[in-house]
Amino acid sequence: MAALDSATGRPLIRTTVRGGEPAPAATELPAKLRVRNLDFYYGGYQALHGITLDIPENRVTAFIGPSGCGKSTLLRTFNRMYSLYPDQRAEGEVLLDSTNIVAVARDLPLIRAKIGMVFQKPTPFPMSIYDNIAFGVRLFERLTKRQMDERVEWALTRAAIWPEVRAKLDQSGNSLSGGQQQRLCIARCIAIKPEVLLLDEPCSALDPISTARIEELITELKNDYTVVLVTHNMQQAARVSDYTAYMYLGQLIEYGDTDTIFIKPQSKQTEDYITGRFG
Amino acid sequence: MNPPQLNPLYRARKRQNVVLLFISCLALAFGLFWLIWILGTLFYEGGAALLRAQFYYRMTPPPGEDGGLANAIAGSVLLLTAATLIGTPAGILAGTYLAEYGKKSWLASATRFLNDVLLSAPSIVIGLFVYSVYVAHVRHFSGWAGAIALALIVVPVVVRTTDDMLKLVPNSLREAAVALGCPTWKMIVLVSYRAARTGILTGVLLALARISGETAPLLFTALNNQFWSLDLNRPMSNLPTVIFQFAMSPYADWHRLAWGGAALITLAVLGLNIVARVLFAKKD
Repeated sequence: MAALDSATGRPLIRTTVRGGEPAPAATELPAKLRVRNLDFYYGGYQALHGITLDIPENRVTAFIGPSGCGKSTLLRTFNRMYSLYPDQRAEGEVLLDSTNIVAVARDLPLIRAKIGMVFQKPTPFPMSIYDNIAFGVRLFERLTKRQMDERVEWALTRAAIWPEVRAKLDQSGNSLSGGQQQRLCIARCIAIKPEVLLLDEPCSALDPISTARIEELITELKNDYTVVLVTHNMQQAARVSDYTAYMYLGQLIEYGDTDTIFIKPQSKQTEDYITGRFG
Repeated sequence: MNPPQLNPLYRARKRQNVVLLFISCLALAFGLFWLIWILGTLFYEGGAALLRAQFYYRMTPPPGEDGGLANAIAGSVLLLTAATLIGTPAGILAGTYLAEYGKKSWLASATRFLNDVLLSAPSIVIGLFVYSVYVAHVRHFSGWAGAIALALIVVPVVVRTTDDMLKLVPNSLREAAVALGCPTWKMIVLVSYRAARTGILTGVLLALARISGETAPLLFTALNNQFWSLDLNRPMSNLPTVIFQFAMSPYADWHRLAWGGAALITLAVLGLNIVARVLFAKKD
């Protein structure tokens, strides 16, 4: 069992600085995703260099770093999004429990169903709010109308949007506001009961009030899901995440407890970025 | 800063604006002038024919007798339906391959290029092609040959619009579907098609409008038929060739019927477009 931090009551995580501690950057919590020596290429360009880190179960892990540092790329390897594009490839291991996601050749949709993803811009499908939620469920489960109704309500409730949409489930998903659309997308992910939730800058297109609602939601969701969050907003990382990884130029610079990263980073680079001195 | 009326650059820009706006309006008037003239002539000459009931139920008459265009109307409807039913699935599937699977591969690029060539091929060439590979072998003109020739005109139009419209579907939507564990083919059918359906259907209607007036490909294939026939294995009457034949004749009765047929085709295409717009406006 993990040792607890006396101040925060949270399990301790060993902070890793690139070039300092030997890999892997293991937490002492049970890891849901284990990344080992992951390289990623866009055609001939190498975007990730030997990433190794563990993502603890039922916690929020944030990836921060300047644009182009590879944090979204890393997130997108977790559900093999890059397989849609023939010139992109990954080498190394991403273990979900004991399955190496990078090496999965068949039944990829089954793996993806375990790892939900929410994108930067809300992506409601061009169909009704109800069908947006039912879409994913119908792919893997045969439910009666009644069971489906319950599932839709459950997912929308979980995503804190049920009261706003209960009266207009048959309207188009595009009729909602940006913040509502994003919560609809989160509900759509939750509806198929994934184990991991990947959030790729989910609030970057939203106003502060919608952002606050989504952040609340993330904190609530970590009880049941392992959440990985990519964000440009450092305050957001500090507010909602338990662990933070700082990346730069495709490398993992520092990874550890969010408080440690923000209050007492071990790497000069991390400190410069967090304090805004980074160019 | 000078006040606006004294700033020479600002004044020059306003003058340019006035001149360009005038030229644009002139171009608009030029286009509308011919369009209104064409439509006006069409309905002035053909309107009376359209209002007579026998226009719709009597056969094309011999010279000097009274009649209608019933066989030509029925033949045209049948030919257009058959051509659309043959051409649309092929076009949509090929367009789907280009946009969703082939993308920028050499096979897709080559297909796109050839499709564009076919798109701009003169329709008489397509008529002659069907004549040489089909009509010449079965040794008789037939409705099927006409439908095939028209379908060959439908295909490139539908391929092009399907390809273009699917390309407009944002990749983020595809990624969102795939991230839910959706297999590629289901993603295409349930998400891409839904997002692009207005555009794809517009392409089909565009193709239908294009072939409804085509004469050249039918001259060598469906030919014509003076009598009522719904048998696609025999020569089939159709509006464009009847208009062609009647308009070239010296008989005034035939001229009136030809004008009526031309007005009817124009109205049908117009009606189709209006119906499509109303239907899509409601859904989106």
